[in-house]
Amino acid sequence: MAEFSLPANSRVSEGKVFKAAADAAQVRSFRVYRYDPDSGENPRLDTYEVDISRCGPMVLDALIKIKNEVDSTLTFRRSCREGICGSCAMNIDGVNTLACTQAIEDIKGDVRIYPLPHMPVIKDLVPDLTNFYAQYASIKPWLQTRTPAPPDRERLQSRADQELINSPSACILCACCSTSCPSYWWNSDRYLGPAALLAAYRWLVDTRDEATGERLDDLEDPFRLYRCHTIMNCTNACPKDLNPARAIAATKRMIAERHL
Amino acid sequence: MAQPDRPLSPHLGIYRWQVSNTLSILHRITGVGLGVGLLLLVTWLAALAGGPQRFAGVMGFLAGPVGLLLLAGFSFCFFYHLANGIRHLMWDAGRGFEPAVARRSGWFTVSAAAVLTVLLWLLILVF
Repeated sequence: MAEFSLPANSRVSEGKVFKAAADAAQVRSFRVYRYDPDSGENPRLDTYEVDISRCGPMVLDALIKIKNEVDSTLTFRRSCREGICGSCAMNIDGVNTLACTQAIEDIKGDVRIYPLPHMPVIKDLVPDLTNFYAQYASIKPWLQTRTPAPPDRERLQSRADQELINSPSACILCACCSTSCPSYWWNSDRYLGPAALLAAYRWLVDTRDEATGERLDDLEDPFRLYRCHTIMNCTNACPKDLNPARAIAATKRMIAERHL
Repeated sequence: MAQPDRPLSPHLGIYRWQVSNTLSILHRITGVGLGVGLLLLVTWLAALAGGPQRFAGVMGFLAGPVGLLLLAGFSFCFFYHLANGIRHLMWDAGRGFEPAVARRSGWFTVSAAAVLTVLLWLLILVF
């Protein structure tokens, strides 16, 4: 059942304010979700004033600047800083995206930064993605074949075949889409969510894969696949401009066509 | 799975309302509205079977300001749910998933529902 309000231990209180230096030229306020597992206190929203004239252009640049210069306890995941690793996925200005590809100047007013929504928080902006990864593993994201491979070469694909999987295989598993989805919020224990379903679709349309029937059998379930109600938060959030909503609709159609 | 002592990150309260998710929840709300409106319809029919006095009473309520507001809401629920249902059929056929297209079809759905509701009430009030 959907639980619309936050549990008592998760309600966010007002936190500390870190003022910018007096000589700061261009100040922007960053309102950042903080949770310290060692303190036993509820999460809070700290405010950091950052001189963005002395900061890189992206939200991740500001977070790194805060961690380096203001508050070293601020905790977040980051790695590639160019939108290919998916580590710095978080909720910025109300929408899930990657901090490293979200420009500060594209946000009006205070920059509000929360962890990915409706996830257990380990610390600050770091959510526990265990369930998310387990769901990805559950769709068997690898090539399954029955026939032996040609003895002298790889299993080849035509250019058209390759184009079918080009887009879905560009997913970086940042979890922006799944954690933007209200259906996933209320049913993540049983609904696979857009990321895992996009991955499943990537193998369904792979012309080399020979387990299409079994894959569809696994998905044909009121919860695993059909909790998608085409809300489209996933597609609107995807920082790689992929379209999980369309992939899910195509999967539903493949199952419908089996019954014709 | 989640450890019970870990807080849950904010969700509904912080996520930005966009055309897509607002119209999605509106579809659910108008669906509930249709259920309530059906009760209204059944009450009206039951009153019709219950004799002239009962019928006059229900008609008096429905023709009053609260009744008219309920009926206007019912008709909007019907037209929105219908129009957005067609939008869903289009999605089921695999079309209209580009975010810009989905936004446009959303605005079209809301406009269509509003225009049809106004037209219906013009018809009712004029004739």
